[in-house]
Amino acid sequence: MEQVLFRHNRPGRVVTFKEYCDEGGFNALRKAISEMTPNEVQQAVIDSGLRGRGGAGFSTGRKWSFVPRDLPGPRWLICNCDEMEPGTYKDRVLLEHNPYSLIEGVTLACYALGVRHAFIFIRRGYEKAANNLAQGLIEAKEAGLLGKRILASEFSVDIDLHLSAGRYICGEETALINALEGKRPNPRSKPPFPATKGLWGGPTVVNNVETLANVPAIIAKGPGWFKGLARNAEGAGMKLFCVSGAVKNRVCVELPTGTTLREIIDGPCGGMKPGTKFKACIPGGASTQFLTPEHLDVPMDYDTVAKVGSRLGSGAIIVFEEGCCLVAATLNLITFFARESCGWCTPCREGLPFVKEVLTRIEAGAGEERDIEILREHVKYLNYTFCALAPGAMAPLDGLLRHFEAELREHIVQRKCPFK
Amino acid sequence: MIPEQLKKTLEARVAHAFSAREAAVDVMKDLQFHYGWLTDEAVGEAAEILGLSRLQVEELATFYEMIYRRPVGNKMIHICDSISCWNAGYEKILDHLKARLGVEVGGTTADGQFTLVPCCCMGRCGDGPLISIGSTIYDNLTPELVDQALELERLSGSAAPEHQGQA
Repeated sequence: MEQVLFRHNRPGRVVTFKEYCDEGGFNALRKAISEMTPNEVQQAVIDSGLRGRGGAGFSTGRKWSFVPRDLPGPRWLICNCDEMEPGTYKDRVLLEHNPYSLIEGVTLACYALGVRHAFIFIRRGYEKAANNLAQGLIEAKEAGLLGKRILASEFSVDIDLHLSAGRYICGEETALINALEGKRPNPRSKPPFPATKGLWGGPTVVNNVETLANVPAIIAKGPGWFKGLARNAEGAGMKLFCVSGAVKNRVCVELPTGTTLREIIDGPCGGMKPGTKFKACIPGGASTQFLTPEHLDVPMDYDTVAKVGSRLGSGAIIVFEEGCCLVAATLNLITFFARESCGWCTPCREGLPFVKEVLTRIEAGAGEERDIEILREHVKYLNYTFCALAPGAMAPLDGLLRHFEAELREHIVQRKCPFK
Repeated sequence: MIPEQLKKTLEARVAHAFSAREAAVDVMKDLQFHYGWLTDEAVGEAAEILGLSRLQVEELATFYEMIYRRPVGNKMIHICDSISCWNAGYEKILDHLKARLGVEVGGTTADGQFTLVPCCCMGRCGDGPLISIGSTIYDNLTPELVDQALELERLSGSAAPEHQGQA
């Protein structure tokens, strides 16, 4: 199968700069600088249908187009490599094998946006990815592909790495901007959106690793080719899926957008873990709703997954087997979000521990019928928070109430967890 | 007091930044590496280098999970308790660690060697359950493998905890 992001991968080691270049690496950058205007690069990304791979799924090219080009002062590009959404490990796998696609993608985005200085914000614990990037930046600079007057043109870009010290909220784009400025990483209110007022008050674009790493192939082979990679008509490109949980092989694979859950599980994952049966999965990282066996043939794309009440998110598929208690699973997820709440706004800071308490009670067999209504109300009200953390936290609970209310009620009726 | 050389390194880092406080996380990490944890003295030194008040450094220091404002053991043991590791049975590994080390979560062993803390997703969800000891990741764990990891880490002596998770 055609691979775009994983095309340059070597088993068990990082691809070398020479290998990457020999396989056509940095040709997209050459092409853009010599043949295309910045606007044409942006238009190609819009036409390609590329959508934000960090989870939000917004059109990447359109996001770029919101950046005003006539304001005085610098503009900024930040690559979000704060991959801390539980279940998600795709960006790490990509960067441990190949840092160059990202470096080329960041440079191309800077060309399109007229950015002189970009940052790659890297989470704690990704030292191998960071080392690969640091090495790659040196090599690109030495080859005249980065720094001052790239390929002898008028275009110059520097890329800095920022190594964070942990906390999930740093992945929220405005919290990330605060973190980069050396401020406490609480989210900022929107509007103004970063596109007009972001890092140090300047227009700023924040894009995910996988998103930016796709850009070189789009420029090299054209937006039509990229769009055609998808399995479904409305989709575009390939998608990295990283699978964990009750499957035989927990793998990170690159597949056409629109591949179904069943194909992913039965194909590269080798099916369910021996002796287990599929009960549910979370399709796109911790902040997405559960899907059930009836959703196994849903194409994995943004709109198709949204249509069945969940989100493609980051493409992190977490599989649960029959016999696994989804109340306990949801409790684990809520516990994570309650701990990672930055505490800035009241509904999140107070609401998540409260939901955690109610679920703890139910799982322990001390729940009451009215708790179900309390949970349902919180799914509704925790949408009114400062940023997307609490609404994200409510997503699995929403899925639990929608598809597994009977299981929740069974805990209350039996006054114990029916799976214990 | 930090050595002159470290001070020079940190000042150079700050000079490289667009605005001084942009270097805050790097400065805190380096000071923590020097002291073993981010002491009150280190907070003061960071404030001076970054041109911030102590309170401004404090509000950063208490935010990040890899900055320690209390003394910790020679090596940090982080155990991932997020959903994929939960599904892979991290609780059994945590119980085993607590018993082996004789500590509760957040505790430091009597010999000062290890501090055990839970952490959120390490981005290695296909390899759970897993822990990190210092800067080394141990994955696909069983209680037997935990014992081997602890043995190995005890033998390899001390390493300042703050450089785990850093490039």
